[in-house]
Amino acid sequence: MASVEFRNVTKSFGLFTAVADVSFDIGDGEFVCLLGPSGCGKTTSLRMIAGLETPTSGEILIGGREVTHLHPKDRNIAMVFQDYALYPHMNLADNIAYPLKVRGEPVDKRHGRAKEVADVLKIGHLMDRLPSQISGGQQQRTSLARALVYPAQVYLFDEPLSNLDAKLRLEARGFLNHLQRDMGMTAVYVTHDQAEAMALATRIAVMDQGRIVQYASPIEIYRRPATTFVANFVGNPPMNLIEAEGTNRDGRLALKADGLTIADLPITDVIGKALSNSPKLTLGVRPEHLSIADTETGNRLTAPLFANENMGPESLVTVDRQGSRVTARIFTDDHLSLGETVTLGFSTEHIHLFDSMGNRIPAVGE
Amino acid sequence: MKLTIPAFVGRIAFSALAALLGAVFALPLLWFLFAPFNARAELGLAVPEPWTLQNFVTVFGNSYAVQALWNSFIQAIGGVILIGAAATLAAYALSRSSIPGKGAVTYILLLFSSVVSGSAAMVPIFLIISAAGLMDTHIAVILTFAGGLLPTAMFILRDFIDSIPKSYEESAMVAGASPVQAFFDVALPVIRPGIVVIVVWSFVNIWGSFLIPFILLRSDRNMPASVAIYSFYSEAGTPIVTLLAAYSLIYSLPVIALYLFVSWKFGFRFFGGIKA
Ligand SMILES: Nc1ncnc2c1ncn2[C@@H]1O[C@H](COP(=O)(O)OP(=O)(O)OP(=O)(O)O)[C@@H](O)[C@H]1O
Ligand SMILES: [Mg+2]
Repeated sequence: MASVEFRNVTKSFGLFTAVADVSFDIGDGEFVCLLGPSGCGKTTSLRMIAGLETPTSGEILIGGREVTHLHPKDRNIAMVFQDYALYPHMNLADNIAYPLKVRGEPVDKRHGRAKEVADVLKIGHLMDRLPSQISGGQQQRTSLARALVYPAQVYLFDEPLSNLDAKLRLEARGFLNHLQRDMGMTAVYVTHDQAEAMALATRIAVMDQGRIVQYASPIEIYRRPATTFVANFVGNPPMNLIEAEGTNRDGRLALKADGLTIADLPITDVIGKALSNSPKLTLGVRPEHLSIADTETGNRLTAPLFANENMGPESLVTVDRQGSRVTARIFTDDHLSLGETVTLGFSTEHIHLFDSMGNRIPAVGE
Repeated sequence: MKLTIPAFVGRIAFSALAALLGAVFALPLLWFLFAPFNARAELGLAVPEPWTLQNFVTVFGNSYAVQALWNSFIQAIGGVILIGAAATLAAYALSRSSIPGKGAVTYILLLFSSVVSGSAAMVPIFLIISAAGLMDTHIAVILTFAGGLLPTAMFILRDFIDSIPKSYEESAMVAGASPVQAFFDVALPVIRPGIVVIVVWSFVNIWGSFLIPFILLRSDRNMPASVAIYSFYSEAGTPIVTLLAAYSLIYSLPVIALYLFVSWKFGFRFFGGIKA
């Protein structure tokens, strides 16, 4: 196992910059998830760690050693490719055992080891098949097995579970979690599934347009998103963002928006500075922190009901504020009907504030 | 659906025309199958009466004709090995490397290759080969064909390799394979159907060629079968039909055998829709 470090890494393809001046470090034994919209540079970052892409500028270190221009084979890395990259002419046993073959292991030993890993991933009965003769989910697990079959310094996973059904995905996730704790693997894991990121990651890097917007523990990202982008990206459903106008009312912050009633907040230095730049602020509240308010007191938001989705024990109640929607996750309430005016309540401790640039304004005491 | 009378007549006319065309093409083929077994074969089509192998006995008794078949094999197989190996390596490099202007290289080579194996370049080729002291050798024929066929072979193969995801070799290299190992373990087996196409195509080209060996070779003991067929003409220039027919049949067998072998062993998979 080894640490990984990016120092001012930039990768351009012609005029297009896929990764822009990224610096971050991954500690030995850390499991880092890369989270971000399609095309933000996640795969490109992984490929640079693997040595399949050379940075345009900057340095990459693995285990403290500078490896920016080192050939992939000399990095001792395992990688699950986004497109699986299974060898079409080899059966699953040979596919999974290939890294061991390259390392000079004898046939029976490497096939034995391949079978062990395959069994855990429930593809042990398919070892004689060719990749074209198995399903997409099975191909993905084969690719995962091939990466886990040998001890590597760093494991790179490019959406390794995206094609599995919910149950298999949970199982595979549990297996990876166990591996991580058991052998302390250093891993970089790309996913679009935040539940996966939350469950596996020691830290999450949220990327946007080739930059890292926030790099912190899952809890930190959930509790204190650095920007509206992160707030809007993490959470299921993501945080509600309400544009509001802030004014200084007798030394306290008053927020004004359609249908919004909120107690005035103390003005901190940061809020003062933000207000002097622009009165436009963004108020954020997570869906799980909203509830149906039955009294006309406290912080609340009133708007007509747009949708009521029953998800079993919980419902997603969405109200429409002239185009911008606000969703609440509440215990199932069947009595709401469309168009009806709904009042959603929330407490002051659960609100997030962002300035006009979308950057977080720390709460009092943060 | 019921056919109207004009449509019915139209169909009959079409079928009749198709049958006529078919017959026009089938007749020479029938002659080609019948004549070798007919001791009194002429240019007209006739069913052998009786069937005999006498023509083949005479052909195999002619040491020059047998040697010529052997020469054809040497030249075709030598050429195929050279073209197959060189085209694979070159096409792989052109497809996978990031040399600027690599597309232009292939196109220019392709352009010139039609000159090299064409008759326009015969004089310069003759001069080069004779200056190199290779006149009247198998090597001369093999090299000339390699020069003429390689660019097209490279072009076809590069297209084929371009359509194969790079991530095959990439995943092999991440797993610890050197580029050479990744090429032999992963890339080569996947490219093989494309190489087979190249091999068959260049074999057929060399096997059937007349002009180049005719010009570059002098002595009887080096001539390939395509040239040797001329020995079955009498002094006056009239063909000895019986021997010519038998020899032609033998001459075409390797090509047919090669096609059958390849389609049995690999199945013909041409470009486009290659999905291993
Ligand atoms: N070889 C290349 N040449 C040109 N542009 C490229 C190349 N590889 C990637 N890009 C561009 O770089 C950007 C980042 O690509 P990357 O594959 O890293 O995205 P990603 O974050 O993995 O997206 P996804 O979630 O869809 O897989 C994209 O806009 C892509 O078009
Ligand atoms: Mg990607």
